[in-house]
This record gives sequence, C-alpha cells and structure tokens, in this order.
Amino acid sequence: MTTMEHTLGASIARLESRAKVTGTARYAAEYVTDDALYAWPVPAGIARGEITAVHTEAAMTDPAVVVVLTHQNAPRLHPVEDRTLTLLQSSHIAHRGQYIALAVATSLEAARSAAGAVLVQYKADHHDVVLAEDHPGLYMPEEIDGLWPGTREHGDFDTVYATAEIRTDAVYTTPPMHNHPMEPHAATALWDGDALTVYDSNQGSVTVQHTLAQLFGIDAGQVRVVSEHVGGGFGSKGTARPHVVLAAMAARVVGRPVKLAVPRNHMPAVVGHRAPTIQRIRIGAGRDGCIQALAHEVVTCTSMVGRFVEAAALPSRVMYIAPNSRTAHRVTRLDIPAPSWMRAPGECPGMFALESAIDELAYVCGIDPVELRIRNDPQVEPDSGLPFSSRHLTECLREGARRFGWHERDPSPGTRYEGRLLIGSGVAASMYPVVILPSRAEVRADPDGHYWVRVNATDIGTGARTVLAQIAADALTAPLGYVHISIGSTDLPEAPLAGGSSGTASWGWAVHNACVRLRGLIEHSGGSVPAGGLSVSADTTEDVKSGQEYARCAFGAQFAEVQVDTDTAEVRLRRLTGVFAAGRILNARTARSQFIGGMTMGLSMALMEGSTMDPEFGDYAERDFASYHVAVCADVPAIEAHWIDEEDPHLNPMHSKGIGEIGIVGTAAAVANAVHHATGVRVRTLPIRPDTLLPHFA
Amino acid sequence: MKTFRYERPADPAAAVTLVAGTPGARYLAGGTNLVDLMKLGVETPELLVDVSRLPFGEVEETDTGGLRIGAAVRGSRLAAHLLVRERYPALSQALLSGASAQLRNAATIGGNLLQRTRCLYFQDVSKPCNKRRPGSGCPAREGAHRDLAVLGASEHCIATNTSDLAVALAALDATVHLTGPAGVRSLPLTDLYRLPGDEPERDTVLRHGELITSVELPPPPHSARSRAPLMVYRKVRDRASYAFALVSVAAVLDVRDAAVHEVRLAFGGLAARPWRAREAEQALQGRPATEEAFVEAVRTELSACRPLRENGYKLALAERLAVAVLADLAGQG
Ligand SMILES: Cc1cc2nc3c(=O)[nH]c(=O)nc-3n(C[C@H](O)[C@H](O)[C@H](O)COP(=O)(O)OP(=O)(O)OC[C@H]3O[C@@H](n4cnc5c(N)ncnc54)[C@H](O)[C@@H]3O)c2cc1C
Ligand code: SF4
Repeated sequence: MTTMEHTLGASIARLESRAKVTGTARYAAEYVTDDALYAWPVPAGIARGEITAVHTEAAMTDPAVVVVLTHQNAPRLHPVEDRTLTLLQSSHIAHRGQYIALAVATSLEAARSAAGAVLVQYKADHHDVVLAEDHPGLYMPEEIDGLWPGTREHGDFDTVYATAEIRTDAVYTTPPMHNHPMEPHAATALWDGDALTVYDSNQGSVTVQHTLAQLFGIDAGQVRVVSEHVGGGFGSKGTARPHVVLAAMAARVVGRPVKLAVPRNHMPAVVGHRAPTIQRIRIGAGRDGCIQALAHEVVTCTSMVGRFVEAAALPSRVMYIAPNSRTAHRVTRLDIPAPSWMRAPGECPGMFALESAIDELAYVCGIDPVELRIRNDPQVEPDSGLPFSSRHLTECLREGARRFGWHERDPSPGTRYEGRLLIGSGVAASMYPVVILPSRAEVRADPDGHYWVRVNATDIGTGARTVLAQIAADALTAPLGYVHISIGSTDLPEAPLAGGSSGTASWGWAVHNACVRLRGLIEHSGGSVPAGGLSVSADTTEDVKSGQEYARCAFGAQFAEVQVDTDTAEVRLRRLTGVFAAGRILNARTARSQFIGGMTMGLSMALMEGSTMDPEFGDYAERDFASYHVAVCADVPAIEAHWIDEEDPHLNPMHSKGIGEIGIVGTAAAVANAVHHATGVRVRTLPIRPDTLLPHFA
Repeated sequence: MKTFRYERPADPAAAVTLVAGTPGARYLAGGTNLVDLMKLGVETPELLVDVSRLPFGEVEETDTGGLRIGAAVRGSRLAAHLLVRERYPALSQALLSGASAQLRNAATIGGNLLQRTRCLYFQDVSKPCNKRRPGSGCPAREGAHRDLAVLGASEHCIATNTSDLAVALAALDATVHLTGPAGVRSLPLTDLYRLPGDEPERDTVLRHGELITSVELPPPPHSARSRAPLMVYRKVRDRASYAFALVSVAAVLDVRDAAVHEVRLAFGGLAARPWRAREAEQALQGRPATEEAFVEAVRTELSACRPLRENGYKLALAERLAVAVLADLAGQG
C-alpha cells in the first residue's frame, strides 16, 4: 500500500499515461460531436495596411463550404485587453499572418481549400519588422511582463563602474524563438442558446472562460471550458488564443459545433513567441572577482497589438551581490506577430546574457567560474533587500561540480583535442522565482473510503494531475488508489493557470487545505464517513498572501560538456548535469522530466533554435519542424538532473517551489561557456551554429 | 475542394501512359515529399500514379560487378543492404544521414532523387518564387537564404538540391535508367539535374511522363592495398540528426605510392544539383596526396562560388570539409 509517507515525493507514473499511450486521452480537437464542422483560418498576406476587398465567391462554390467569415460578415465582438483576440472586426492589418477570414466546411479538406480560395485585396503600408539596437522607436516601458518596473537603479553604477579594477562590457543577442508545443492550439466549440462550451487546448481554462464571456457579451457562468488533456504549451497557451475565439464565433454563426486546429505553419504568427533581445552587460569588479557594479540593459521589441515585454534584465536583480546596479529595458513596437510568454520568459534569455558575462568575468579575473559565483552569492535579494526564504545556489554549484567532475578541469580555453575535436566544459546558474496564485479546490469523502478531488488545474503534460493526487493522498493519509481527481474544466472549483511554474504550488495548496480539513471532519465524526459522504472546499486567497516578507526563488546550476569539430565548427553536447534547489520535490519522476525537458529546450536554444524575421514580408521564415530546429534524441546523449533536499517553510504546505521553467534557465549559457572553453571563441549570439562559429576558426 | 485521381497501374508501361497522357499527373512513390507539397498547395496534381509497387523493388549485382538499384527500393532497405555496406559504404552513410528512420522506411530511391528544394519561399504559396511560379521573382536572394546555393545559381533562383543520396551517387558515377513515352534511355546521374539558368522551374532534364526505373552503380573502386573501397560521405548539419545538409561531401580516393591514383569528389548543399568537383579531381590526378594539394584543388573548384549575404560560410565550410575528408581517406589508404 502506498501510504502518506511514501506518496509525496515518490516516483509515480502519470495517472493518465495509459490513456495517453493508447490514444484514449482526448485532446481538444478530438471531441467527436456528431455534426461538427471544420474551420480553417485565412492569414493576412501583408504586414501592415488595410483590407480593401475580400472575395469569397470562389471559396463558396464548394457545397461542402458552409460559411466564410470575414470582417464584413462576422458577428461583432466586445473589446478585450488582448487585441489579438478581437478577430475579424476591422479591415486593419497589424502583422502578417493575422487571421482575417475563416472558412467553415463539412470537412477539414474542404475548409482548407476554401480558405485558400478566399481572395483578399490590400492596401499595404510600409512595414517595420526588424529590431535594431538603435531603432528610433525604442522607449523605456514602465512595466515589463505586466508585473515589474522596467528600470531599477541602486547606488551609482556609472561612477563605480568607471573606477573598477576589472571591467567587462559585452553585448549578447538572442533570436526570436517559437514555443511550438506538439499539440497545436485547437478547440471544439458548441453553443446551446446563449451557453457556450469549448473544448480547448490551453494552460488555464478560467482565463479562457472569462475572455470568451467578455468577447461574446455573456456571463462567465454561461461559458464552459474543458481542457482535460493538453499537449504542451510552453507559455503560448497561457491565455485565450485566436483559435478558440474563431471556433466559438463560427459555431455561433452556423449553429453547429465547430472544430479548429491551428495549422503548424500558422503558429509562428498567431500564438506568441519569444521576442529577440539585444542585451548589454557591464560588470565592474575587484581583482578578487567581487562584483561592485552591474548594468544589464535590454533592447527588445513588441507588437502593435500587444504590450508584452521580455523582462530579460530581471535575473540581474536577483542573482549576485551588486551594490551599484542598473537593470533597464527599452522596447520598440514593430509590425510583427505579438510576442508573449515562452518558457521562463525574461529569465531564460536574460540568464543567457548574465551567465555568459559572469563566465567572461571569471576568465578576466582568473578565478574559477564556480568559485566566482559563490563569492558573489548574496544573503538578501539585491533588488528588494528582502531575505531569501531559502537560497542554495552555492550548494547546487558545489554538488554539480562534484558530480560533473568539474575540478579536474584545466581552465585554459582551446587546448583539449581528441583527434579533430576540441572538448570543453562550462557552467551556469539557473534561477526562477516562486509564484503562487489563489486557488480553490473541493474534496468529497465517500463511506467506502474513496475520495474525490475537484480542482480546475490544467495538466499540460507535466504530471500535474498525478502530483495533485499525491498531495491529496498525503494530506488525507489515504492510499493513492483511493484518490480520484478531476481537473481541466471550468465546472470544477476555480483555479489559476499552469504558468509561471506556479501550478502545483497554487492548486496543491488548495487541495491540501481541503483534504486536511476533510480529514479533520472525518476524525471528528469518529473516523467514519456518513452515508451521504462528506465534502469540504478550500480557497487559498488569504493563505497565498503569506511569505511576502521573503524573496522566494528556486536556484540551480548546470554543467555542460561539448565537443566542437575543428573542421566543420559543429558543436555537439556530450553531457549536461543540472542540480536544482527547488524546495521539496513532490514526484521524482515527473520532476526529473520537467528538469531534463527544460534543459533540453535550453540546449536547443544554445545550438539550433531561432526564427528568421523576413524583412520583406514581415513574417518568420521557419514554419515547420523541418526548418525550425529543436534538439532531437541524437543531440542529447547524456543528461542528468539532480536536486538537493531543500527545506523551506515559507512557501506552501507542501514546501515546494515551481520546477517547470527553471530547467531551461542557464542551459544556453552553460553550453556557450563550454564552447568558449573548448575553442577559445566567445560566441555572444545564439544559436551557435557552424555559420556563426566557423568564421572564428583560423 | 481540389480533388485528384489515384491510380495504381500494374506495370511500368501503363504508368507511363497514364502520366504522359495527363499534363497534371505526377508519379507517387513514398509520398513523403509530394504529399507534403500537396498539403502546402505547392503541388496540385489532378492524377497521382502510384509507382511504389511496380517491380522496381530489387537490389541486384550486375554482370560487371556493379549494382542495380530499383527505383522503388526504400531508403532504409538500401542503406542496410549488405552489398551496399560492403562495397559502397558512402552510399549507406548518405542514406542514413538523411531525414529520419520513419521517413527512410517510406521514402524510395526514385522519390529521393526527385525531391524538391527546401527553399522556404518555394514551400510558401503566399509568396513569389520563380521555381514555383515562373516569372514571379526570387525573394530568397534578399531574404532567408542561409541554406541556399553558392554555386551554379542564377539571378532567377538560388535553390539547392537537398538529396544526400544524390551526392553519394554523383561521386560513385551512377547511371539513371529511365523509361518514358519515347522509350528507354539512360543518363549519368550528374546529368539528370539542371542548373536553374532562366528556367528554374525545371529541376531535371526529365520529360513529362519519364519514369526512373533504376539506378546503376559501376563496380566499386578499390585501393591497391585493400579490398575495402576508400570512400566516405560526410554531412555538416545544424543538429546531430534529422536536418538537411548545410554542406556535404562524398569522396572516393585511391592513393598509390603517395600519389592520387583516382579521386572522385562531390558536394551537396552548394548548388541545384549534386556538385561533382571535376576541376578539383583533375587538379589532383597524379599529384602527391598531401593536404596542401587538397586545399589547392578544392579552392580551384570553389573559386566559382558566388555567395550572398548569409550563405558565404558555405565556402569555407565546403573547403574545410572536403580537405578533411580527403586527408582522412589518404591517411587510411
Ligand atoms: C522532415 C524531412 C526531412 C528530410 N530530411 C532529408 C535529408 O536530410 N536528406 C535527404 O536526402 N532527404 C531528406 N528528406 C527528403 C526525403 O528523402 C524525401 O522526401 C524522400 O526521399 C522522397 O521519396 P518518396 O518516395 O517519398 O517520394 P515522393 O514524395 O513520392 O515523390 C517525390 C517526387 O519524385 C517523383 N517520383 C517518385 N518516384 C519516381 C520515379 N520512379 N520516377 C519518376 N518520378 C518519381 C514524384 O512524382 C515526386 O515529384 C526529408 C524529408 C522530410 C519530410
Ligand atoms: S531560390 Fe528558387 S526556389 Fe527559392 S524563392 Fe528563389 S526561385 Fe524560388
């Protein structure tokens, strides 16, 4: 029997794993409704301008085509904050690929072909789509990623930097990147009078519910969103996306269920992406490697329809002692698809720059990069001055160094040959903040010993469903097999999204509270459950306000070994070791998957990932998996994730920190630092591919 | 909706008749390229004639000790074939370096040779492309062309041929056997492909309805000392697997008494066809097999390169790769 002590932290397989591998787990586009129609969207063919005419006659000639919606005949939507969602409302085009029409037909093939037959005429304006360091439109945003101030200053950076014994100054750039979850954004929508049901692929159905209610001018209570299984999101499904709006709109017009799955090659333009960054980092330090002045200045871009700003300088507010610091963002609005969250937005590109710069500083000072980081490890968070609830970066660095065999390493760059290969290793730190949001949950006990947990959590493939069941079993002191969990529907108690690595902590807290109280009730009634069962619900709105007197973050350290072919400049990873301090690990198996999944994504970012903005057309050139490269199995020979036991009482009853994003943070720097160690070449522009590295070879 | 007919004729003659008689007809083999292009709207055939089950599924030794490979042989099968692995290892390496295991299980030799370019504009019907829509323009010249051609391109098109197989076959002096409305004919593989010139829409010299029936290899070259053929295929790519070549090289080298007795060299990723480096070969013939000689010869060959903004790296890459491959082979001999 799996008992309380063993349940939490145990290596338990996903509860839905059998359903997934046998194909019975249903995804949003797979809900079969008898008379469903299929929708295929039409993307705008220009990057900026107006639609002057739309001809749908040719598209309508196929009797299988039921309707073609355009801005001329689409139902009016009520305004919402995210302007990418007020679809088909005007003739204005804000970026290429923006959806401007929708073909609805009795088969997918007919819908696709009708979409292709819609003739659109435009009046194109000049578009501006390329980010540059000196772009005239750059301004300093007050807020970044909706939460943090754009600029922070401490002390007097300029003076202290100018007089520092050691100074580094370098610019790092990251390209646009796309989330590309395996399951594309998809929805099946159906109306019953004024009540809307959507089966939708998202990271949080409550936001989708409220957004749809607003857009269609109905009560949130009339919108039901079901998201039982979601095939990944990486941030791009954190909010409602165009597909679900269009599916609901079409279903309303035709009075039948409508399915819409975003074609892979539309995704780069309509579901968000990581914006490119140009980051300048200047560090002033003593010869002992102690940082006295740090400036992290970010230039990035956003779209005409959104305000999202990649908060890349944030890590420099948290990572190292820096009595004099400046962290600032400048952003410009371009005629591009709207950037948005992508796994560890801000931290991920920001830590590539910061952790590369720290490596450069270590070389200049002649200090081991592990040691240099430890020397600069702060007691309190540099920006807020708050004490850390727990911070075990040093322990992660030491443990990682030990496991990796770091100390046998000869620090001199460009010297280790194996035949025609150069070998090198690099280290970088990882960091991700703790985010906890209010959640509700409900649990019912039946007299037969079974428990039914209800919470509108979303499992985007992470194992959330399983971990929540473990949390419940633990709190109930019940065997896992007696805990039944329902997630992924707005019929369930309201809960926040799977984003910001906040899910397990937020949902789990509510589940835990409900279960603990239920156990109390059962004990109170003499240990048995009455015939009608017992139910308890919890709401953590007040609970989550605790802990604010601490700076709370997860930390980690990653060590990479690479080989570089001296003939071709091909870089291949040999091994990657990560050690993380992320509070209590609640399920060893799914946690390991999160860590190594993040690290693999970070490896892709280092060596192959990136989208090319086409200046002439204003879209991203790579729109399939043949051209948008992410790591394949052969790229990931040996990858290990470990964690240290971290006890932190200032988090939540499970004592856990989020683990969904930290794995991607720092990997790219560890790899780039390893490339430097192997070759002596410092590559500050990602991805590091033969075309970027080869010119540095003599 | 765009519909099409599908036929699966029992013999080659019937297949040829069907395609030759229908201007919008295409042969269908594994479908891994053609069907993708149909989904993208790049290809809109009215008739698909399935040739994947015609009697071209054999790999046989020829009377002269060479190898005849049926056009419908699947990539994975050919790569694993004992005779190929023993006598033409570069061919096996080329196949295995291409696509993924799943794709190789489906893809045929004929289809592989006739796969279309991966130029991103070619695959995007919302944009101009001279190869897809003659006269509409070539946005790749100014746009995303990191992967595209540095040799033999024209102002009208800078697409590359992306078949790994074709590069190995070019170095192995393969012959392509065809049957068509006007009867059978055979071509050296290198003559199958065209450079774009002012007709980039024509990838090959094939006439409408011509069917590849087999590819034939002459007996493998042998070095004087060993029976093992000294040949190799090496591909540079953005990730360890499942990526098209940035540049690739297929080379055969026979060194006797420290001099080049026989050399054959072909590049992939540089041009609209596998680039047989005849100038380099000539320059090396009879010369001492030294790294300096290799560098000089390869430079001569590549002096015709006309790189654009973002594909200039291919020049240095091709040179380093070819020299490394030749030096390796010379070292083994
Ligand atoms: C994601 C991806 C990655 C890939 N990576 C690589 C790679 O790294 N290297 C590489 O070399 N290839 C790669 N490929 C391409 C792959 O090798 C080709 O798609 C495949 O070889 C085509 O073979 P097929 O039998 O499926 O051809 P089909 O798609 O059936 O046909 C392709 C073309 O050949 C014509 N055709 C087929 N057979 C004959 C015949 N006998 N006579 C005349 N015409 C014929 C068809 O009419 C069509 O025009 C990749 C493909 C994909 C999708
Ligand atoms: S390079 Fe050739 S295939 Fe590519 S856009 Fe130009 S014409 Fe078309």
